[in-house]
Amino acid sequence: MCGIAALQLRNPLLHPRMGSLLSSMMCQIVDRGPDSAGLAVYDTPGLVSGNTSTLSLLGKDQGLPTSGIAAALENLLPASAGTAVKVVGDTTFVSSAVDTELLAKAVRETLPDSTIIGRGEHVAVMKSVGHPMDIAAEHGLEAMSGSQGLSHTRMATESAVTAGGSHPFSVADDLCLVHNGSFSNHATIRRDLLREGVVFDSDNDTEVGARYIASRLKQGDTLEEALTNLGKVFDGFYTLVVTTADSMAVVRDPIACKPAIIAETDDYVAMASEYRALAALPGIETAHIFEPEPGKVYTWSL
Amino acid sequence: MVTLTAPKTQAPTAAAQESAAVDSFSVDLADSPVRDLNQALHSAVDGQSWIVENPGGKHSLAVGINAEATVTINGHVGYYAAGMHQKGEVTINGNAGVGLAENIMSGKVHVKGDASQSAAATGHGGLVVIDGNAGARCGISMKGVDIVVGGNIGHMSAFMAQAGRLVVCGDAGDALGDSIYEARIYVKGTVASLGADCIEKPMKAEHLEELAGLLAAAGRPDNPADFKRYGSARNLYHFSVHNSTSY
Repeated sequence: MCGIAALQLRNPLLHPRMGSLLSSMMCQIVDRGPDSAGLAVYDTPGLVSGNTSTLSLLGKDQGLPTSGIAAALENLLPASAGTAVKVVGDTTFVSSAVDTELLAKAVRETLPDSTIIGRGEHVAVMKSVGHPMDIAAEHGLEAMSGSQGLSHTRMATESAVTAGGSHPFSVADDLCLVHNGSFSNHATIRRDLLREGVVFDSDNDTEVGARYIASRLKQGDTLEEALTNLGKVFDGFYTLVVTTADSMAVVRDPIACKPAIIAETDDYVAMASEYRALAALPGIETAHIFEPEPGKVYTWSL
Repeated sequence: MVTLTAPKTQAPTAAAQESAAVDSFSVDLADSPVRDLNQALHSAVDGQSWIVENPGGKHSLAVGINAEATVTINGHVGYYAAGMHQKGEVTINGNAGVGLAENIMSGKVHVKGDASQSAAATGHGGLVVIDGNAGARCGISMKGVDIVVGGNIGHMSAFMAQAGRLVVCGDAGDALGDSIYEARIYVKGTVASLGADCIEKPMKAEHLEELAGLLAAAGRPDNPADFKRYGSARNLYHFSVHNSTSY
């Protein structure tokens, strides 16, 4: 059992409330996974900015002071890139006006032991071990503005309770995946991806799903096609939510054991494991509320 | 044999009417715990009624009622609402989460919206009415409950259904009635696929009559003649010696 709460805000007037709305949703799914948690927020001022790549690094302590990390990165990157490093909660954010891959290369050189948990121009990813609401508070979720938000509370089954094993998994620019369930053939698919040269950060089954989707997108699939292909290749139980810079997708396995409920209004699309996470959203009384059909891919774009 | 639970029509005595007027309660779950509501309902006596506001998708609401009480819940409920229902009537003016009226024994549960998966699972008796759609595994392992769904039902519904009736006024998903025993299924719309050992069966006068009774009890306007009946081919009842080499 895990909990998922995701929110895509169609009405820009709601963007300043993204953090408080997501926090109220997340609060209701804590029971489903109280051991660790993660968050992804999109277009949140102070964490990301336009035309700048931002990497989210696991942990607040990278073994060097932030000024030391910034200085080392500046040596590797153009001076005009405005490289900056800051710590929010248990996450270190590195940003620079260069290509994401170039920034990632510089970070790997400077901090070889670091784990990149989020990357792109729009997304900031935060995850940690502990009570989900403590993690949200530590990162200041309540006050965050943004266009989309994704949260996950984990009850670990397939791999250890570690911050690295928390969701979301963000393995390509602005792409995030959260998962309720377990993949049963992930080891086989992991071996296939390893042969293709894909590098993994954890032993987690969901990371295999994220790497698979990233691999399909790289090969030219649309998000919908990538998730349809995932359904053909992956065995197991899953309700998945995938977010990109401007879209959100939900898919459940064909047996649909894992719950999902969606509320849609002109102002937002919200998805959660249980209705109680949606109950406090504005206009929920008149929202279109439905459970996603088994095996069907749903996508919404901003 | 299964008995249909229809609303009682006997006129209440003057004393009962008086106590009914006194014995109506309103509970707001925005500021009181679910446990208090359920405790009050477990202590209920016949003729009492409750109105529950702001359920907010909370779990295990109005479970295990064992008195002829009336409970009306205004809003959406979470998992296992009206579970283990024994007596009385629960009406939900909203949607219901997973496991609505699970293991219902008798009495009536009515959802005005949709119900999630496993509605009326393992129900032994009583009537569950869902005006909207029901998700997957509706009536799984039903053992005597009657279920009337106004809309569609999801896949694997009535899996291993042993007794009772399932009425679907919309369409049924895949693998309807897989490994069914003696429950009877009536579907007005299409069936995506039938499960193992489930077949279409002729609608005889007795079936039209029982279906009319079920639709009336659920307050549905549908015409029994528009439905098809499904049930067990009874091929899985006995081991076939021809399959001995398959194991």
